[in-house]
Amino acid sequence: MSTATSLRTSTMAQALNSALRDAMQADPTVHVLGEDVGALGGVFRITDGLTAEFGPDRCLDTPLAEAGILGTAIGMAMYGLRPVVEMQFDAFAYPAMEQLVSHVAKMRNRTAGRMPLPITIRIPYGGGIGGVEHHSDSSEAYYANTPGLHVVTPATVADAYGLLRASIASDDPVVFLEPKRLYWGKAEWDPSLSVDPIGKAVLRRTGRSAVLVTYGPSLPVCLEAAEAAKAEGWDLAVLDLRSLVPFDDETVCEVVRSLGRAVVVHESGGFGGTGAEIAARITERCFHHLAAPVLRVTGFDIPYPPPMLEHHHLPGVDRILDAVARLQWED
Amino acid sequence: MTVLDHRHLAAVPGWLPGATGPRSDPAPLLPDASPVRVLGTPALDKADPKLLRELYRRLVVGRRYNQQATTLTKQGRLAVYPASTGQEACQVAAATALGVDDWLFPSYRDTLAVVSRGVDPLEALTLLRGNAHTGYDPRAARTAPLCTPLATQAPHAVGLAHAARLRGEPVVALAMLGDGGTSEGDFHEALNFAAVLHAPVVFLVQNNGYAISVPLTQQSAAPSLAHKAVGYGIPGRLVDGNDAPAVHAVLTEAVENARTGGGPTLIEALTYRIEAHTNADDATRYREDAEVAAWREHDPILLMERHLRAAGVLDDQLIQEAADEAEALAARMRAEFHADPELDPMSLFAHVYAEPTPQLREQAAQLAAELAAEAEVHNR
Ligand SMILES: Cc1ncc(C[n+]2csc(CCOP(=O)(O)OP(=O)(O)O)c2C)c(N)n1
Repeated sequence: MSTATSLRTSTMAQALNSALRDAMQADPTVHVLGEDVGALGGVFRITDGLTAEFGPDRCLDTPLAEAGILGTAIGMAMYGLRPVVEMQFDAFAYPAMEQLVSHVAKMRNRTAGRMPLPITIRIPYGGGIGGVEHHSDSSEAYYANTPGLHVVTPATVADAYGLLRASIASDDPVVFLEPKRLYWGKAEWDPSLSVDPIGKAVLRRTGRSAVLVTYGPSLPVCLEAAEAAKAEGWDLAVLDLRSLVPFDDETVCEVVRSLGRAVVVHESGGFGGTGAEIAARITERCFHHLAAPVLRVTGFDIPYPPPMLEHHHLPGVDRILDAVARLQWED
Repeated sequence: MTVLDHRHLAAVPGWLPGATGPRSDPAPLLPDASPVRVLGTPALDKADPKLLRELYRRLVVGRRYNQQATTLTKQGRLAVYPASTGQEACQVAAATALGVDDWLFPSYRDTLAVVSRGVDPLEALTLLRGNAHTGYDPRAARTAPLCTPLATQAPHAVGLAHAARLRGEPVVALAMLGDGGTSEGDFHEALNFAAVLHAPVVFLVQNNGYAISVPLTQQSAAPSLAHKAVGYGIPGRLVDGNDAPAVHAVLTEAVENARTGGGPTLIEALTYRIEAHTNADDATRYREDAEVAAWREHDPILLMERHLRAAGVLDDQLIQEAADEAEALAARMRAEFHADPELDPMSLFAHVYAEPTPQLREQAAQLAAELAAEAEVHNR
């Protein structure tokens, strides 16, 4: 149990910063590298103070080249370090795609397990912050479709800390997706609580009518929708996946089987998105328990729109409630 | 033995270094030891006074544009603005060195170059305002969209220039990027392609000292960024980026060289970013005020005023005219950004494909229904 004295109140950004600092203190092989991670502390200040505390060898401002950053991290990991890479924004990780897909994801497999790569790749992702082109992509489906990568995304301040510590400790590469619109949300959390292993979903809200299955930036939207649903007489559960790979079939199926109705919610486009995978898995495993098809509420299948129009694209409470209404309640 | 080693290669004529000689002589490719200058040198006497006055006018108008756009971010009228304050000479020269049929490939900081090229100042700002990605017609303006992913426009410039040459058209492409962008793989691939294809393309690197917070010393260990050209077999030029006539002259020479079959050039313009990276950046975290102050003394407009006045090219009347024109533009920007833009949510589905997919049609219908429902609630 936690003690009152260990509780902290901070933003998600600060919790991520604490996780990096604590991991670097605990393990001298943990090195941070990326664009602007030094004096500036990263454009979102996630690496604030790390160069001052650990020196530029441990927290390195690199030249501006994502393929170079990740490729260098691969070599560092091959020589026994645990690199934590920062990609400045979702869409600026794409130049590193070759290194990620062809090397990071496959090195363990290519070397018959002799050369695992314990690299954590932090990527601020998603919209809702008024960013212009290329600053709001949700790229989780690309990563989740690449065997060999773990893909995790916190939605709470406590998870930001716990999942990042777990990711850095992992002997496999982890794509750590940070929902940037949640960076500045404050909450009380307990750093002394043990860090969960990655791959476990968590029920954020219990309910008796149906479950909203979600992750990352869409969690607060789903919680709000669940509140609003009470007025319609629906009692919605909200499940936070936290990890897309590995996927927690067990928890998801347990909840879906008990309720029989599920809506998957995420902000990236629906076609070929992670929601399709989740809906298919649920259907395959829980078919006889389902009272309705698994529905998806997602962003549209369009390039991320200009900021003044993004609210029309992002799934909001109304769109979620519309889907819940379509769960064939008359059955 | 099937594997070729050095001894085997030696037996193949022309394989060993020296056997064919260097493919190009590095000496003329090397950048000038010190940056090219016109202001304060005898070269100024030879410059066309009409051009000098035009450059001055564009600098002053450009400075005001930068200031007004920055103010608009503070008022929440622009989502973001990466100012080119202090870098106006590079922006203006980029536009004035190109002919009407040439193409510009700007980065996100080069709005002013786009405007100086003749694109409507407000249309050039739609990306940064947040209402549309690209407000102008790239073909009409012969200007590619403002490019945010760094250096990724450089290979496009090469391809376009190559295509124009294949068609026998005397078109040159100018790719603009920052010092940080020269670290990206795309930059190097573009230089190499341009060199190998002998494409009529010019690369202009505005070395403004920093890539967000990272100073040039941590970006590159090369003696200059212009040196990077030599390894690809193309010439590198170094110019004082705050000396507008110098940037214009060096660019014009490179553009004409490209146009007449001389191939690509890489130009490094030494300049400085007076403002923070964008309005979202805190420059005090990584640079000293004294450094900024020193560069303010080397301001492109200040330099022009000082030297052109002494040369009798600039007088009070011209200075006043330029100031008036700048004020008029600023007033127009304020007026047009005063109101929120008209937005059509259904435009989300326009132009994703030439022909929308059935799924997109479905989603468009969904949004239309949502909007109708909203309007109904609103009107009740
Ligand atoms: C591929 C890519 N990586 C990262 C970024 C984020 N980013 C935007 S501007 C910038 C610094 C660019 O510096 P520089 O090339 O020197 O141009 P300047 O901003 O100084 O004009 C960075 C890192 C980006 N836009 N694209």
